Amino acid sequence: MRKVYVIGAAATPIGEHWKLSLRELAVRALLTAIRDAGIDKRDVEALYVGNMSSGSLQGQEHLGALVATWAGLAGVAAFKVEAACASGGAAVHQAFLSVASGIYDCVAVVGVEKMTDAIPFDVTASLMMAEDQEYVAFTGTTFVGLNAMVYREYMRRYGVEQEDVARFAVHCHKMAVANPYAQFRREVSLEEVVNSPLIADPIRLLECAPVGDGAASLVLCSEDYLKRDPRDELIEVLASTAATDILSVHERPDLTTLNATRRALEKAVKQAKIEIGDVDVLEVHDAFTILGVVTLEDLGYAKRGEGWRLVKEGEVEPGGRIPTNTLGGLKARGHPVGATGVYQVFDLIKQLRGEAGENQVEGAELGLAQNLGGVGGTAIIHILRRVR
Amino acid sequence: MIHARSVPRVWRERVRKYRLIGGRCPNCGKLVYPYRPACPYCGSEGLEEIRLAEKGRVLSYTVIRHPPSDFKGFEPYIVAIVELEGGVRVLAQLTDVEPREVEVGMEVVAVFRKYREQGPDGIIEYGVKFRPTRG
Amino acid sequence: MKFSTTVGIAGYGGYVPQYRVKCEEIARVWESQRAPIREKSVPNLDEDSLTMAYEAAKMALRMAGVEPGRVGAVLVGSESPPYAVKPTATVVAEALGVTPQVVAIDMEFACKAGTTAMILAAGLVASGAVAYGLAIGTDDAQARPSDELEYTAGAGAAAFLISRRIGECVALIEHAYSYVTDTTDFWRREGQRFPSHTFRFTGAPAYFHHVIQAAKSLMEEAGLRPSDFNHVVFHQPNVKFPLRAARYLGFSRDQVKVGLLSGDIGNTYAASSLLGLVRVLDEAEPGDRILVVSFGSGAGSDAISLVATKKLSEKRSLLRRLLDRKVYVDYAKYSRLKRILGWGW
Repeated sequence: MRKVYVIGAAATPIGEHWKLSLRELAVRALLTAIRDAGIDKRDVEALYVGNMSSGSLQGQEHLGALVATWAGLAGVAAFKVEAACASGGAAVHQAFLSVASGIYDCVAVVGVEKMTDAIPFDVTASLMMAEDQEYVAFTGTTFVGLNAMVYREYMRRYGVEQEDVARFAVHCHKMAVANPYAQFRREVSLEEVVNSPLIADPIRLLECAPVGDGAASLVLCSEDYLKRDPRDELIEVLASTAATDILSVHERPDLTTLNATRRALEKAVKQAKIEIGDVDVLEVHDAFTILGVVTLEDLGYAKRGEGWRLVKEGEVEPGGRIPTNTLGGLKARGHPVGATGVYQVFDLIKQLRGEAGENQVEGAELGLAQNLGGVGGTAIIHILRRVR
Repeated sequence: MIHARSVPRVWRERVRKYRLIGGRCPNCGKLVYPYRPACPYCGSEGLEEIRLAEKGRVLSYTVIRHPPSDFKGFEPYIVAIVELEGGVRVLAQLTDVEPREVEVGMEVVAVFRKYREQGPDGIIEYGVKFRPTRG
Repeated sequence: MKFSTTVGIAGYGGYVPQYRVKCEEIARVWESQRAPIREKSVPNLDEDSLTMAYEAAKMALRMAGVEPGRVGAVLVGSESPPYAVKPTATVVAEALGVTPQVVAIDMEFACKAGTTAMILAAGLVASGAVAYGLAIGTDDAQARPSDELEYTAGAGAAAFLISRRIGECVALIEHAYSYVTDTTDFWRREGQRFPSHTFRFTGAPAYFHHVIQAAKSLMEEAGLRPSDFNHVVFHQPNVKFPLRAARYLGFSRDQVKVGLLSGDIGNTYAASSLLGLVRVLDEAEPGDRILVVSFGSGAGSDAISLVATKKLSEKRSLLRRLLDRKVYVDYAKYSRLKRILGWGW
């Protein structure tokens, strides 16, 4: 297996981009990433487009060929990659595999989602396509509702107060203030969060990642490619792993842990030859505060039922033991679902390159991103290292 | 409107939905709903079709206040994970009960109810919900 | 009418939804003084005449202890089916496990459709064509807001499994009489959401004429008198009409009272007299003779006389418990449940 490097990274800010279409967002991020890589776009051999709901919300499929065409790359191998909210991570994973295997030397990934054209009811219905349509979506539950049931069981089993889980959102908003790409750049108080409207009991509005539009893009290449185009500083993809769990959370024996995360992590630390304590900066999939907290536990940073302590005790801050979502995470940076996995890697790269501004983690060298599809039906983990 | 309107899709699942047809794994003995080709727990195939119990308890629940398009008008409604006698878990709505009356551990019994309509001129989809046993 | 072979009820069941709205609450909204009954039943948003039919039928099957596959007919009487075209009977049959070999049909004759379903089921069973027949009367009655019918239009279902194996029956059908004329006291045109009705005309020429003729003719044919009956159940559009019919025919208040439910659940249309029969069967003694007289606008009455058997002391339904399980709603919630203010689309 060959080494894989990220040589270009770019993203659009996340928000309600009324004037930008799905394809325009994707192309903007992609061409900027190629420029950031400083390469001739004709070197790109393959394009992986991570996206979840272009079909249901835009009536658009075949994103590989569409984005390639609009980016002036028609001719390359191009695909849409889908794994619900892990589509972005899945696209990065496919890109990684294609280079690591020796098939391609230089490929591009773009995660893109356009959610704001649709009415809220339809977005809610579309997000439920991450779940079993016949036996889960059929009940009328929403994605928030499924996470709400996990949240309720977590609080009951571990005797945890909602405030302690909700604090995850406060942290993310604080981090996003310094991130020009973030959808929300204002702080929120814990009181605001726990008093915000109920969406699906007990989850409140400010505990949910927002709906938004955005695209993030990466250029990956092989060691061989770099021989022709050497650079002083590189970001190496040490690990790219994926795993699934029983799709429907209610069928799993334990609602309060995500086996997919643990399986992907086990493979990732082995592939990267690291321990979780070596990680300098972490991106977790906090589509809801409860997922952020549970992930900290599943990644091994806290005991079961105690992930929330890391937030309360400030360990997730840039100066803490395990800086997490230092550019806002899904909650405040935003969550254009299919793009998120790529945004997470983009945010890690900002830290590894020393471009995280006020929230810079001193000497950050090793980053880990965890991207979830559904309620942990899929988990994808990337570990990146800055190499000199 | 998002929901992929389809009669065949509803028709195909109707018996499993109406009669709560699950599967029992011949290898690990676990029950699963709905019936399917392979056991999600141990991977074995050849599950035995079994009609599941109609009584159970609420394991966890939520109140949906912002529904997907097909369920507009019904909100707020309650969705729960119900553990049926036999240990199998089912996701279903709770009905004939107010959100404030629901408790984890509450005993419930299956009832036959309408879940949604495919628009005013489309078909009606029925299925199993649960209501409190109330003695 | 007598059947060539004696048939009876092997199992029965009744269903009434849990919500109630009081007459005085409806009267409060319309600033009227109407109070033909105390309160009426209201289905939940996820209920309809089909779901109620299923619940009642399930109870009847369970009581009878009969394998669903042996049921050869499912006859559903209703004027409020969820589909104008697509029978409730097929869904109920599929959900019960009665399909595919079954005579299934939905029928309409206003509030008489349920008893007619019973007569037809009895005919199929008595002839030997089928072993068991399920007769269901079910309705989620619609009434125009502020119209006098709004005060009484309720919802419910009742089901009876008819069998010719006398030994398993809780009651045997001994005689029936159907009396029908073209009399339009109450009707609904295709495409109209709410029914229309006459006023005073619904009394003497409609309800009373048919009920009395059917009851009298049955008793004459069968050589019976009111005093031969322990219980009588009439169609119950309100409380006044069945009491007056009873008085006119020579039945006492005691004979009517067990089966008189309209004061508490309203007019359940095709289930009306049948739910009264369910309550009577829950309280009757073996040997009791019961008269059921339905009335359906259009118009007609079925009079059916039954005799309770020894088996009745072993098999009872729990309708009383179901009726006691009630939750009151105000007019605001009621109007939501009945979709009076419109719906999602």
